[in-house]
Amino acid sequence: MSSIIPQISVGLSIASILLLIALGLAIIYGTMGVINLAHGDFVMLGAYTVWFLQKQFAMNLITTLPFVFLFVGAVGWLAERSLIRHLYQRPLDTILATWGLGVIMQQAIRLSAGAELRYVKMPGFLINPVHFLGYEDSAYRIFIFALAVALLVATYLLIYKTEFGLRMRAITQNRDISRCFGINAGRVYALTFAYGAGLAGIAGALVSPLKSVAPDMGTSYVVDAFLVVVLGGVHSLLGTVASSYVIGQADAVLASWSDDTIAKAVVFLGVVVLIRLFPQGLFAVRVRRS
Amino acid sequence: MSIDRRKFLKGTATAGVAAAAGFPHIWIKNASLAYAAGGEIKVGVLYSLTGTTAIIETSLNHATIMAIEEINAAGGINGMKVVPVIEDPASDPATFAEKARRLVVGEKCVSVFGSYTSASRKAVLPVFEKYHNLYWYPTLYEGRECSTNVMYTGAVPNQQQKDLIPWLVKNFGKKFYLIGSNYIYPKEENNVCKILLKQLGGQVVGEEYVPLGHSEFSAVINKFKETQPNVIFSTVVGDSVVALHRQYKAAGLDPKKMPMASLTTSEDEVAAMGGEFAAGHFTSAPYFMSYDSPENHRFVEAFKKRWGKDKTTNFVSEPAYFQVHLFKQAVAKLGKGSITPPEVRKAAWGQEYKAPEGLVKIDPKNSHTYLWPKIGEWQTSGQAKIIEESKEWVEPLPYWAYPGQVCTPDGMVEKKS
Repeated sequence: MSSIIPQISVGLSIASILLLIALGLAIIYGTMGVINLAHGDFVMLGAYTVWFLQKQFAMNLITTLPFVFLFVGAVGWLAERSLIRHLYQRPLDTILATWGLGVIMQQAIRLSAGAELRYVKMPGFLINPVHFLGYEDSAYRIFIFALAVALLVATYLLIYKTEFGLRMRAITQNRDISRCFGINAGRVYALTFAYGAGLAGIAGALVSPLKSVAPDMGTSYVVDAFLVVVLGGVHSLLGTVASSYVIGQADAVLASWSDDTIAKAVVFLGVVVLIRLFPQGLFAVRVRRS
Repeated sequence: MSIDRRKFLKGTATAGVAAAAGFPHIWIKNASLAYAAGGEIKVGVLYSLTGTTAIIETSLNHATIMAIEEINAAGGINGMKVVPVIEDPASDPATFAEKARRLVVGEKCVSVFGSYTSASRKAVLPVFEKYHNLYWYPTLYEGRECSTNVMYTGAVPNQQQKDLIPWLVKNFGKKFYLIGSNYIYPKEENNVCKILLKQLGGQVVGEEYVPLGHSEFSAVINKFKETQPNVIFSTVVGDSVVALHRQYKAAGLDPKKMPMASLTTSEDEVAAMGGEFAAGHFTSAPYFMSYDSPENHRFVEAFKKRWGKDKTTNFVSEPAYFQVHLFKQAVAKLGKGSITPPEVRKAAWGQEYKAPEGLVKIDPKNSHTYLWPKIGEWQTSGQAKIIEESKEWVEPLPYWAYPGQVCTPDGMVEKKS
């Protein structure tokens, strides 16, 4: 086992990537109870949007981020309005429908952009490593960590400090009574879904220079995202943060102690055991479901 | 109107007898609905055009079609046209087997060109062995196979590593870290690498396998920093190649001191990761797109003209191309009535062809191919600079790591010693 700092650094890095991807899903699943199996494909869409913007307009990764958020958010809004809206009381059908949506998105990308692995350029000033505390780490990973924290703070502010967040929380607790109070549930749901999708798109954009961009990259991400959300507790933002750290750090420690294949297996096993002990997740919050 | 049982049974029996009599090939095996009927030679083209491995298999399909078109434009084989029957097995081994059966039994192809992954090759093998047909497999693979129904035109471990490992030890040092994807190909290649290292007094400081498609390498890179190998011998495939190279450079490691040497990184992966992330690393393969020979220039130009000027050729599409020409030379030797898969196999033994990589020959002992290993160093341009090439072709030895076994024309034989 090596010294502490590299371990923590790797753990934080993996955790921040998990958090980025799971945050959007936590919002969607937490607020609306929609099991969105297309979440990984929104991540993929974000990555492809960056690739497209870089290819056509030679934009820097950082400047593409707002466009990615808006574009993937718009796709999410469209999906909610046309498809998900009709399936709120039918969770099994939502699963099937979102899975189908994901397949459609994958194939659409494959037909238009091709199936080859694509190249997304890292911002030039982040390519080289930074030194801190006697340890050298990738500047880009630190950037991802910083952005994950920033998005977390932004999401927290949105949910707890804005009017829109208040409406969202009201609808989560009791939809019908909220509607009696004049809250337009349909519009809140649509915007929430769009926000979650937009977050997923940003996650995809940030992850793409470090990994690779392919039409089927979303599948593994949606699995990780659900692991994080379910372990953390469905309605709790703190839970999502805690579980992404737990999973990320466990993955890092186990991978350094043995190897990545075993680490993955053991982490899954660990999650199963934890869910058995805490069926509502690590941080359970009680809500009334209509 | 109702049909009673007696009438039904009589009717079906009559129909069955009529069918069997009128179409004898249903029950007579190998009855000659000849392979070269009507002045046409049918061949199967079995590469995935959709699914996870479509990325690379499409280029194999393209190389094969281009070769067939060249042959037909030059008059075909003894005046007969080569007709490709294209199937898309969608990156799924079970579908590979099903399509292979269709090509061999339904379409009566005299040979089938196909497969990239070993899983798909293993899945179609029973089809070709049962129906005595011939499969031409162009991909580099782990060796340890000797089917009497397959022609192997891709490199085996001894051809890829015999020059590479000594060169790496000489130029960088003796400590190796082995990292691969978790399946049979990397494991067999690492086996050969360890044998070679032991002969050279080298040392393996780490050996690790990551899941297929894995893209999070921070823990692995930490281990590189800890163990400080002189060379990282990488047999990860697909998406993992791109992720590993990018994270390697982002973590600040230096290819001049700790290069990654691989057998599976090609021009396509380098294009996906970006030239600056590949620069300074090495690949050993019999073919690189930048190789300077008249045959290669002609091949690359023709490929770009036919399929698009941003296309690349690589060390799998080049064998996919030259194996069709070897097939043509084999069939050209046969008389029209004797074009059958076992005859094609025998006629192919010893055939030589001036491929883009150099003169290649099919070894009659084991149906593998003599190839010209090269070592390329990747440049920021996305192409490889060839810094070492073999002075002569290297004999294929699919059982090199297993001294008790040898491949013969009749299959694998255990040596009694």
